Amino acid sequence: MTSRDYDDVPGTYVFDSRNYRKGYHLNMFCMSLNKAECREEFARDEKAYLETFPMTAEQRQAVLDRDYIRLLQLGANVYYTFKIVSHDRQPPQVMYGKMSSPPMSFDEFQQMMINGGRPIDGNRSKKES
Amino acid sequence: MARLIAGMGTSHVPGVGAAMDNGKTHEDYWVELFKGFEPLRAWHAENVPDVTIVVFNDHATSMTLNHYSTFMMGVADRFRPADEGWGPRKVPVVEGHPELAWHLVENLILDEFDMAVTADFDVDHGLTVPLSIAYDQPAAWPTKVIPLCVNVIQYPQPTALRCFKLGQAIRRAIDSFEEDITVGIWGTGGLSHQLGGERAGVVNPDFDRNFLDNLVHDPMANTRLTHTDFIREAGAEGIEMIMWNVMRGALDEQVREVYRLYHIPVSATAYGAIILENE
Repeated sequence: MTSRDYDDVPGTYVFDSRNYRKGYHLNMFCMSLNKAECREEFARDEKAYLETFPMTAEQRQAVLDRDYIRLLQLGANVYYTFKIVSHDRQPPQVMYGKMSSPPMSFDEFQQMMINGGRPIDGNRSKKES
Repeated sequence: MARLIAGMGTSHVPGVGAAMDNGKTHEDYWVELFKGFEPLRAWHAENVPDVTIVVFNDHATSMTLNHYSTFMMGVADRFRPADEGWGPRKVPVVEGHPELAWHLVENLILDEFDMAVTADFDVDHGLTVPLSIAYDQPAAWPTKVIPLCVNVIQYPQPTALRCFKLGQAIRRAIDSFEEDITVGIWGTGGLSHQLGGERAGVVNPDFDRNFLDNLVHDPMANTRLTHTDFIREAGAEGIEMIMWNVMRGALDEQVREVYRLYHIPVSATAYGAIILENE
């Protein structure tokens, strides 16, 4: 696969053609949660609903586990994983905190942002971290 | 003839809309930001154009992987607030302006900007939150709106320079519209933020300040930023800032900065707003 200059940015998953292809059906599942009737069906039986999308077993498991960083690694885009967080009626900071390394609680993530956010210094390049 | 009166750049963080919709703006977390909105709203109250072109992006709401466009113009009579996963925002329906929208489409395509067109598009927080920021909670939005949807999610997004040039072409088209109306243009999204990945929460005030300063005094400097510049320096989602270049490209070369607001944090972002008037 072609490497890209942004691959050097740490902790970052650019939604390019590589992730588009890998995550297509996973993202389409997430997108379906925009519809109230799909949210109800997912809430009724998560596993059964996931079976209706041609996703990999690993992708399905990551959804069930709400393992957000794994979802990104498996081709999801964060605007799509939002749909799961919203479905769970959680604030997005829960997801941001879980994805962070090391992971943070809602309060820890919120406090980091109130303190001025994650610093850019030391986070620009994999060579720095 | 139609006349472009001013431009605004603003972030479109969904949390701002949710804070308003759920009556939380008096809470400590929000007070300072909403105080910062007061002068912005006072300016908007005095400067309502007949039509506002809102340059925004859809967030996996009405446009998705099975078909998406780089630039898409909304030509419908009205656009409903979208269900983004928690039910539609209870804000007024957005009234369109099909005459100017079609004039833009025709002129832009003949000017070699090959726009996609939609007449059926529910608008998400990317468009409705800027309206809430400018106009608070009215019974109906005071301006008609032409949604101009830009792909900023799927790489490669249009370049920063292409966005600026699109703005210039929009200006040429506005200037040739025969009806005697006033027009505003908003660039939305940004400023620095990253939502996905282990680096979520990264912000870069120096980068943002430079971008805002350049927007006023040296807009071409912002057209030289590459995709990787944005991703690395402003966070993966900070690339939304290219939409501010569309707004800036439409304005005169010389502009007057009327108001600027910068605040960290709003959710996981650095919030920014700027109002620019033609000199």
